[in-house]
Amino acid sequence: MADHSAHSPAAAASAHKAGAHGHGHGHHDVAKEVRKYLLVFGALIIGTILTVAVSYIELHPHWKNIAIGLVIALVKGGLVAAFFMHLIDEKKLVYGVLGATVFFFVGLMYITLWSMEPGSFIRLKQPAAAERTATQK
Amino acid sequence: MDIPYTTHPREDTGLYNAKVGIWLFLASEVMLFGALFSAYILLRVGAAPGTWPMHLLNVPLGTINTLVLIISSVTVVMAWASLKMNRFDRFKIYQTVTVLCALIFLVIKSFEYYDKFTHYQVTLADGTVLDGHVVTKDTNSITLHHVKEIKPQSATNTVAAPVAAGAAATAEQGGHAADGHADDHSHGERKIMFSELAKHESGRLKMSNFGPWHNTYMAIYFTLTGLHALHVIGGALVIAYLLGPGTKMWFSDPERFTNRIEVSGLFWHFVDLVWIFLFPVLYLL
Repeated sequence: MADHSAHSPAAAASAHKAGAHGHGHGHHDVAKEVRKYLLVFGALIIGTILTVAVSYIELHPHWKNIAIGLVIALVKGGLVAAFFMHLIDEKKLVYGVLGATVFFFVGLMYITLWSMEPGSFIRLKQPAAAERTATQK
Repeated sequence: MDIPYTTHPREDTGLYNAKVGIWLFLASEVMLFGALFSAYILLRVGAAPGTWPMHLLNVPLGTINTLVLIISSVTVVMAWASLKMNRFDRFKIYQTVTVLCALIFLVIKSFEYYDKFTHYQVTLADGTVLDGHVVTKDTNSITLHHVKEIKPQSATNTVAAPVAAGAAATAEQGGHAADGHADDHSHGERKIMFSELAKHESGRLKMSNFGPWHNTYMAIYFTLTGLHALHVIGGALVIAYLLGPGTKMWFSDPERFTNRIEVSGLFWHFVDLVWIFLFPVLYLL
């Protein structure tokens, strides 16, 4: 992390070894982290107000409202995960586990949507016209 | 034998074991909620156009609850940071606030649930739909107040009903504060005899509150928020334990105790994260 640049590399390395919780922040580093937590807190409050405010503006078509709402939620969720859950500075194993989770989560959403709109997400061989009208029904 | 790697990181993972454990658990939780989000998408995209209820819930209450959870998430991480800085006194203050926030969240959620269980929609024999909050209900009549009347539409059927219900509820929920702008029927009570009501083919009366059985939206709303509320209760119990009897570990093994706080915090942040998505999806969009 950038925080360590203030210390000598050796001090940073030994701090890492001593850190039993896998982060190795000294008191000084934790104090720095606290400032970040408060900034994230502010951002989350603003995000919440923003998402409520935007929802009162009805956009046409409505999917624009949905897209904006989800983007704000993703940013807020990302902030919580990155800073409160320390994912911005975590060990490889955790990234591995979460990478697999993201893959399966996205896959699940993908097949959900695909099941409702066959052909719109994965282009299969175009069915013949007669067959198409039959399946649309 | 001592439990290994409660404080020292394991060589191969670089993590203390509880952290690996909580992340694996959270991964499974993501899929649990993911399955229900998938159900939500199926129900919403699959609903007939214009029938998905919008703005049926109380947005101000939902917003307050969102802020309450965000505050609790900050206090959890601050509690952990306090232990890192050897400030046990501050840790206790922060976690007390966390538990209070959890309780506030659950109380507000209970009010929202109660409101839905006392909110009725009945269909009269002529097709008129009435929507209001129950005052009394006995064996042959129901009395509603703040009644909205939804005129029968050319094709009054089960598909059209939820739209009307959604629209009526908007005026009503949006809020209790703005009762004034509702139509002339909105004030006063109205007693409805069950003999006046339309019936389903099965003979059941066309009368239901906004419980999970009302429509698919209410069903997924109660499923998602109910499961989330169970997580809030579970997380609050763990945090409360670590604030109460669990604190004795701080004096015997402070590092391990700090790790417990971090792990319980990770769970709590996850609960907050889920709500960050539930709030817009169910209340706003």
